[in-house]
Amino acid sequence: MTASLSGTVIEPAPDNAADAAGVAIRTEGLRKTYKSSRGDVEAVRGIDLNVPQGEFFGLLGPNGAGKSTTIGMLTTLVAPSGGRAWVAGHDVVKDTVAVKRRIGVVTQNNTLDMQLTVSENLQFRSRFFGLPAKVAARRAAQLIDAFGLGDRRNAMADQLSGGQARRLLIARALVHRPDVLFLDEPTAGLDPQTRVNLWDILKVLHESGQTVLLTTHYMEEAEALCDRVAVIDHGKVLAFGTQEQLKDNAGADTIVTVRFDADLPSDFTERAQLSALPGVTRVEADGEQLRVFSREPEGLLGTLVSTAIAGGLHIRDASEQKPSLETVFLTLTGREYRE
Amino acid sequence: MTTTLQPADIGTKADPVAAEAIAALVNDAPVPSPTLLKTFGAMMAREFRVLGRNAVSTFIRSVMQPLLFVFVFAYVFPKIGGGIMVGGGAARGGVNFATVLVPGLMGSMFLMQGMFGTTMPLVMEFSWQRTIEDRALAPVPIRVLGIQKICAGAIQAFIGALVVLPVTYFVHAAGQGPHIHVSNWLVFVLVMIGASTLTASMGLLLGTAMDPRKMQMVFAVVLMPMTMLGCVYYPWSALHAIRWLQILVLLNPMVYMSEGLRAALTPSTGYMPIWAVMLALFGGTLVFGYLGLRTFRNRVIN
Repeated sequence: MTASLSGTVIEPAPDNAADAAGVAIRTEGLRKTYKSSRGDVEAVRGIDLNVPQGEFFGLLGPNGAGKSTTIGMLTTLVAPSGGRAWVAGHDVVKDTVAVKRRIGVVTQNNTLDMQLTVSENLQFRSRFFGLPAKVAARRAAQLIDAFGLGDRRNAMADQLSGGQARRLLIARALVHRPDVLFLDEPTAGLDPQTRVNLWDILKVLHESGQTVLLTTHYMEEAEALCDRVAVIDHGKVLAFGTQEQLKDNAGADTIVTVRFDADLPSDFTERAQLSALPGVTRVEADGEQLRVFSREPEGLLGTLVSTAIAGGLHIRDASEQKPSLETVFLTLTGREYRE
Repeated sequence: MTTTLQPADIGTKADPVAAEAIAALVNDAPVPSPTLLKTFGAMMAREFRVLGRNAVSTFIRSVMQPLLFVFVFAYVFPKIGGGIMVGGGAARGGVNFATVLVPGLMGSMFLMQGMFGTTMPLVMEFSWQRTIEDRALAPVPIRVLGIQKICAGAIQAFIGALVVLPVTYFVHAAGQGPHIHVSNWLVFVLVMIGASTLTASMGLLLGTAMDPRKMQMVFAVVLMPMTMLGCVYYPWSALHAIRWLQILVLLNPMVYMSEGLRAALTPSTGYMPIWAVMLALFGGTLVFGYLGLRTFRNRVIN
């Protein structure tokens, strides 16, 4: 399915000076295969990225697309099976210590040190990075205040709420002034208020010059935060560019969805010759639902409705989705994203 | 009447975050200058902070076992049975059981504190949240983190074993106290260090190689046989009556800890040649340390 779309994939900008300053993250054919007795799993199958300093970059894809594995390789915690990658100019395999010095990582799981308090989590992380104990204590206090954790400073890390823990994870990733901040699904499982609150923090960080690589399976998160996005699925980059580029070029069609009160006859789409309608790129009939992807959506909904009525079908509801990251994503992967 | 929450309210209802403060923190942060030594020191400081926080439970855990053992064997038994002698000891002219027991108890404390003091935190850190990643992202090679785990476990083991001495000194029936004096300080210190590092290395291997769900079984098939057949309650030489067992237990690292301490503290009970003890303790540290660091790295790096 992805093969038929290869023409729509936007290639990364040509990279003349591969090791030039100003490149925060670069990968060449990065791949990872997990060996197992039940068969190998190709989690990442050759990813090429190029993220300049100061950019807020998003890896967007469904669960299991290879996002976390990619971030794992860039942060030295997953050993690549092939290809190469550099973070802040350092090879992630040969020079792990130099990479770790320059990155801050917010993992998807809560990796706070549960044996320590909120303040101690920040202090010891600072000290791991060579700050003297006094400086570490002062910096911990500042971070706690800035991240609104003042009343929890002496609480044990395992007593924090989900949102507080997430804020502390971000604060902890920033103690040593990283060149690149990695965020793996930072708002997964959080309530909407906490999510918006975290977005505010991330926006401010970005505005103050922080390079960020974020993975997410929430379209609205990528839309709200990212300068550029790579849509990935099955371990491959399907499209790459700014949101506008993606919407313009990556086959981001308007999607018209019609739901019926009974399953569609199997030959309905053929009989109605929907694919022959002007601008229609794809038709998906699935049970009671019909989804039509089109470049020329004007009048399409009306045509569909009248076609259905003429065919004796009863419509339950109908909707039209304008091009958005979500329609880009659905156009590229051809299905609802998996929560 | 119902109130609707406007989208604009959502952000303001969340905890306020000072945007300027965060921006300043990013841009005005002190530049870190990590070195291997600083990071290692900070990691050790973290271990002691945690140990200090759990000081009471750590203390109780390290005192209960020797306390109950000496209470039963050096107080209750002499009172009710008129003094229990072990074969080997009796043959050497009436060494009391407390004297036989002290090096053995110290050996078993090495195992409890060193091995399980290293294993249990690792099992927790490798469980589903993988909090080990917190330290794995510190700017040092992964093996340094593993070596740090061994050092922290070894220090716990060292202290845990020393606790046995005051306990056994004070708790016993009249005349049943152990006869202990350090006959050779060098041997004593080397055995203490070797036993500490050996048990902590074994703990690193066990904590990274074992499936956490099988920990109960590990207690049954590792801890119990190692303790019961580790020359805790009898000197190794006394096993000559059961030759096959005497040879078989040579596979048990516990034997060398108990026997090494007998050589240093209670030579009157008889002991194994010191070269064999040293070879086993330090050679074992190298072997288990190597294997443990390898599995540790493989668990941290996917």
